[in-house]
Amino acid sequence: MKERLLGKTLSELEEIVISLGLKKFVAKQIADWLYKKNISNIIEMRNLAKNTRELLSEKYEFGLTAHQSVQVSIDGTKKYLFPAGKNQYIESAYIPDERLEGKSRATLCVSSQVGCKMGCLFCMTAKQGFQAQLSSGEILNQIRSLPEKDKLSNIVYMGMGEPFDNLDNVLRSVEILTADWGFAMSPKRITVSTIGMIPGMIKFLEKSEAHLAVSLHSPFEEERKKLMPIENVYRLPKVLNAIKNMDWSGQRRISFEYIMFKGVNDTEKHIKELLKILNGFKCRINLLKFHPIPDSPLESSDMRTMEWFRDQLKAKGVMTTIRASRGEDIFAACGLLSTKELVKRKTNNDF
Amino acid sequence: MENQKGLFSVEVVSNVEISKGIFLLSVKRIHDFKAGQVIALTVNDGITPRLYSICSGEEDELLSILYNIVPEGELTRLMRMIKKGDTIKISTPFGNFLGTDDSAYWIAAGTGLAPFYAMFKSARTDNKYLIHGGRILESFYFQDELMKELRSRYVRCCSQQSGEGVYEGRLTNYLREKAEFPLDHKYYLCGSSEMVVQTRDILLSKNVPFENIIAEIYF
Ligand SMILES: Cc1cc2nc3c(=O)[nH]c(=O)nc-3n(C[C@H](O)[C@H](O)[C@H](O)COP(=O)(O)OP(=O)(O)OC[C@H]3O[C@@H](n4cnc5c(N)ncnc54)[C@H](O)[C@@H]3O)c2cc1C
Ligand code: SF4
Repeated sequence: MKERLLGKTLSELEEIVISLGLKKFVAKQIADWLYKKNISNIIEMRNLAKNTRELLSEKYEFGLTAHQSVQVSIDGTKKYLFPAGKNQYIESAYIPDERLEGKSRATLCVSSQVGCKMGCLFCMTAKQGFQAQLSSGEILNQIRSLPEKDKLSNIVYMGMGEPFDNLDNVLRSVEILTADWGFAMSPKRITVSTIGMIPGMIKFLEKSEAHLAVSLHSPFEEERKKLMPIENVYRLPKVLNAIKNMDWSGQRRISFEYIMFKGVNDTEKHIKELLKILNGFKCRINLLKFHPIPDSPLESSDMRTMEWFRDQLKAKGVMTTIRASRGEDIFAACGLLSTKELVKRKTNNDF
Repeated sequence: MENQKGLFSVEVVSNVEISKGIFLLSVKRIHDFKAGQVIALTVNDGITPRLYSICSGEEDELLSILYNIVPEGELTRLMRMIKKGDTIKISTPFGNFLGTDDSAYWIAAGTGLAPFYAMFKSARTDNKYLIHGGRILESFYFQDELMKELRSRYVRCCSQQSGEGVYEGRLTNYLREKAEFPLDHKYYLCGSSEMVVQTRDILLSKNVPFENIIAEIYF
């Protein structure tokens, strides 16, 4: 199989053109076609000599992969299924936001892995286990091959997978999204979400300027452990400490995601503890409704409780929002679609 | 000596292949730890440290880890060549997958046994049950020692071979067939994410409250 050009950084493209005996500036021209223009084939790179295009095509392909299916919600949200590797699929959610008149805003939620290893109790992706890492090209393909790509204003890495368990490819994709020679997006329009993998998180904060979202789901370690096994390895106080030690003086923002589970993490006690552990953080808390998954012991808090929870936190000066639940009719749960499509790979991981 | 990444150089005391492709690596213990904790380990600065559960008792003189050689694994490929007297780099022990005095089931697959062996050597065992899944009969590391103390509370599940006193089949099959699980016990799981997710689902289907299930995933 030919290697895909999509997902290569400028320096990687330079290495490629030099290895083919071409001039270094050709790399910049290729990057332009890959990330700024609307073509899908090396042959269409018109400012390259014909024999250059042929030479490139011998070893490389442009690298776009169209979506395999799409589900459309009554509210305009769309869930795209992209093939990634053999019998493997990833989901990307396109979420238009028409509230801002005139200026259309739309967010794409991208996946960073096929499946996931992290085993969070409330997550459908966890159930399909880990299938594969996505290359930077496969991450970017979700954006570049999106029919609505020109409408996108924000990218969030909140789809399938833990981005910092695929750090190099995620960093490369963020570099390409934000570089002048790449998509030239502002890093302020990109948010990467983690459950708190400290080593990857620190590197990400050092190497990029994009925003960070941390999945909190409980302020109590003992409780969080049971929702998220990662807590046994990278404890919440250490995650928060690592974040505190980074430089937050610039434009970069930190937010905490908090899925609300009825009777589990939605009490007065939780509000108090949240205020305690987040004291000193300039942050936002996003409260999310839980989309139940099959056989889950968890239920979502009701809207009244969520509003009460939000108001209590806001009254104490913590910016808190209830993230509007979009596309509920199609999002039974993130990961469900691809799990259904998944043809179980043969595994020798016997136990 | 600590370097900038918070890693310490330690001298290797032994690195023994205790079963096919499975090694027990021991170093001089330079830090205190709690049974169930992990260390980050690497052989040189060029390789990202990986995590390993400590597989020795809190009072033991040596600190050991149990690891399997991953085909084409960047680090384990080099780890198998470590010899007595070599130095490797390890972090201070950390993590929160800790044993308690509560009545508990320890459920492990493969090298997922490591944290439980540390707990076994460090804490109360008369109210502990150990269910260990392995592919071959050689997978049941430390079985003599475990058997002697845990007796009928120690179950071995072997997915690819049969042997005396060993359940023939996957660990998950054993759990599915087992009629009852005390709902007030704690359930500690350790292994790959597939093993943990499947095992957790089985326990939940047997009405074990999710609050009693604690998992360490070797991601
Ligand atoms: C909290 C924690 C505790 C851990 N404790 C232990 C332990 O006590 N003993 C132990 O042996 N390992 C343990 N691990 C796993 C360990 O950290 C390494 O991932 C593993 O040793 C592989 O490292 P590698 O560099 O050789 O392989 P890599 O080069 O990192 O991986 C190569 C490929 O093999 C796959 N792979 C990774 N692990 C396995 C595996 N076990 N079997 C088959 N394929 C695999 C990877 O997905 C990757 O595709 C633990 C992991 C975590 C997160
Ligand atoms: S919530 Fe995220 S990190 Fe946790 S299992 Fe699901 S995809 Fe993985």
